[in-house]
Amino acid sequence: MVWLRTWKLGIKSLALHPLRTALTMIGIMIGVTAVIVLTAISQGASDQVQRQIESLGSTTIIVRSQKPPEDKLAGMRATQYGLLRSDLERIIENVPTIETAIPIREIRRQFTYRDRSIDGRLVGCTPAYADVNSLEIRANGGRFIGDADDLKADTVCVVSAGVAEALFPYEEPLGKRINVPEHTDKYKIVGVLEHRNPSAAIGGSLDSQDFSADVYIPIRTLRKRVGDTIVTRRSGQFQMEIMELNQITLQATSPEKVRPTAALIKSLLAPNHSEMNDTAVVVPLELLEQARNMKLLFLGIAILIACISLLVGGIGIMNIMLASVTERTREIGIRRALGAKQGDIVKQFLVETIVLSFVGAFLGILLGLLSLPVYGGLIWVFEQTFPEQFSTLPQPIREATPSIVLWTIPLAVMIAVGVGLVSGLYPAVRAAKMNPIEALRHE
Amino acid sequence: MSGNDSVGGPALMSSEASTSMPRLATSIRELTKEYVLKSETVRALRGVSFDVPEGDYVAIMGPSGSGKSTLLNLLGCLDKPTGGSLYLGEDDIAEMTDDELAEIRSTRIGFVFQSYNLIQQLSVVENIQVPLYYQGRLGSGEKRRAMELAERVGLGDRLDHRPAQLSGGQQQRVAIARSLVNDPFFVLADEPTGNLDSVTTDEILAIFDELNDEGRTIILVTHEDDVADRAKRIVRLKDGMLHTDEQVSEERRVAARLAQREAVEELLARE
Ligand SMILES: Nc1ncnc2c1ncn2[C@@H]1O[C@H](COP(=O)(O)OP(=O)(O)OP(=O)(O)O)[C@@H](O)[C@H]1O
Ligand SMILES: [Mg+2]
Repeated sequence: MVWLRTWKLGIKSLALHPLRTALTMIGIMIGVTAVIVLTAISQGASDQVQRQIESLGSTTIIVRSQKPPEDKLAGMRATQYGLLRSDLERIIENVPTIETAIPIREIRRQFTYRDRSIDGRLVGCTPAYADVNSLEIRANGGRFIGDADDLKADTVCVVSAGVAEALFPYEEPLGKRINVPEHTDKYKIVGVLEHRNPSAAIGGSLDSQDFSADVYIPIRTLRKRVGDTIVTRRSGQFQMEIMELNQITLQATSPEKVRPTAALIKSLLAPNHSEMNDTAVVVPLELLEQARNMKLLFLGIAILIACISLLVGGIGIMNIMLASVTERTREIGIRRALGAKQGDIVKQFLVETIVLSFVGAFLGILLGLLSLPVYGGLIWVFEQTFPEQFSTLPQPIREATPSIVLWTIPLAVMIAVGVGLVSGLYPAVRAAKMNPIEALRHE
Repeated sequence: MSGNDSVGGPALMSSEASTSMPRLATSIRELTKEYVLKSETVRALRGVSFDVPEGDYVAIMGPSGSGKSTLLNLLGCLDKPTGGSLYLGEDDIAEMTDDELAEIRSTRIGFVFQSYNLIQQLSVVENIQVPLYYQGRLGSGEKRRAMELAERVGLGDRLDHRPAQLSGGQQQRVAIARSLVNDPFFVLADEPTGNLDSVTTDEILAIFDELNDEGRTIILVTHEDDVADRAKRIVRLKDGMLHTDEQVSEERRVAARLAQREAVEELLARE
């Protein structure tokens, strides 16, 4: 009952200065919003990274070709670099901790059927590719390429949903033959895939992959029909690029074996590639750990920013309460003269700061929850206005959907009220310690 | 406090209780108060002794700076004496902690100030209830009591007004009602009419007369002789010491009341 009155009184005297009260609350509000939003964004980003990496598998090791620096290529008639089939053989022979090894060769090609065409990726691979990349055959969609196809180097192919839709909007693609004009070859469709979302890039070490316009053929077929040399015409000049394999995707026998295996592979590749620097070994597991570190870093920054704004909020509260104590010195004197104990005065002022910080925290939560959808909009606006700067942002930030970390809400409220209490305590005690007679004389 | 009938309403002491064997409302002996400043020590009271029996009506007078307010603040437990003793009933104030003094202020003392000292954001009724609030008494009975007291001082139709919406005289009435709400040992008033015109002064003093007639002990500080003459006793201070302590004869009191009333009527007639 007495407390109820004290609360009512606190709210009443805050309501006496609505603008001042609102401004004070904003400090706390922003702090709480910052905690919620920043942790949500960092959680979103790290969820994203985690999902990508988990989709790659914790035992996966990726060895890929990379274009060497320009000066290494100077003087060559044809650009020749990257992984060799002999690398693959040597890895398989020398590394016992490998379960599967998938050689991959990708070429940009145009696919046509009658008068329809689509630009896409011709991927030479082995049957295990589907599993490792989570490719699903769609219902009654045939099969993925098999070992027999590869051995015989058959001209069969499996098309992605995107290709099937583009080339066969009305027909059943299975059994049809699609053209690859540059080869004068036709490939018979033996399987049609489900849609698969693009996989995101990870840091700088792995590009994103868009599976929507892929055509998969046995790697042997690709070697036999296309060969290693690709001629492209760029600004009127023919350019020759020779590459045996774009990538080898390996699966280690267990997650613990991933690091030693990767190290062994690096040492096997070193004699042929270290000078050209035209291969790279990527271990998603390591990236996962980096991602975890990044999450921690993010969280640290979020907490730091939140702490700074809560500190500012706290100073605001202290400032306002000190002003209020001065302004209400007379009132304090009256109350003391009429029987208020020092504790009653402390209580009265603390109630005000608690109300300030609780309401501020509550508004902060609301604003935090509301601003998450707004965040998506802001990202979009930023992408539209500054596409170049936007593309340099780390990809998890570009694509993350913020997800609220529930425990940050009570945490933020606790911090806010704690800040309110701490910064309200000094003015409150100062008010209570005043000599009642002097307080009464105050004008 | 056998003479006190404090349950419900603005009950007041029966006048018979104080006639036969008056108990002491307060008793001070060799009371001193020093204010220690940086450069000097101000001796505001230098050994004052007197008793105030229950039901007395004392006017404290004296030149400015003679220690009247200091004495009243000590009697009101707003401050602690430097030396000597100060008894309220059986309790020695000098021994008490800050919290105990606060409790005495809320339960046993009614204070009326020159500058009214109402809390601006509270209504009339709420202001009257403040001393009860610090006793933890917030029931509907308390509110009723506050309303009755407001009625009694003639503000029955202003219950929800804020102090800023009242005249000085009305504010002082609220302050008097507030000083009575806890059914105090005595009412202390420091120049209660200092800010008021003669008409309002008379109205306020009439309330004090009435209270005293009902047996309430009143101690007030004043500069004005015609205010002091309405009391039963005048205590004069000089340089922090008791100068004179005289009883006011009944004739003088009646004369003072009449003179004041006549002056008021004259004033009203002229307007
Ligand atoms: N808080 C204080 N600090 C220092 N000196 C004080 C304090 N309060 C009062 N005094 C001094 O004590 C003396 C008595 O002051 P007090 O207020 O009691 O006088 P007073 O009789 O009420 O005068 P007035 O008629 O002008 O109100 C004065 O000399 C005053 O300067
Ligand atoms: Mg004075």
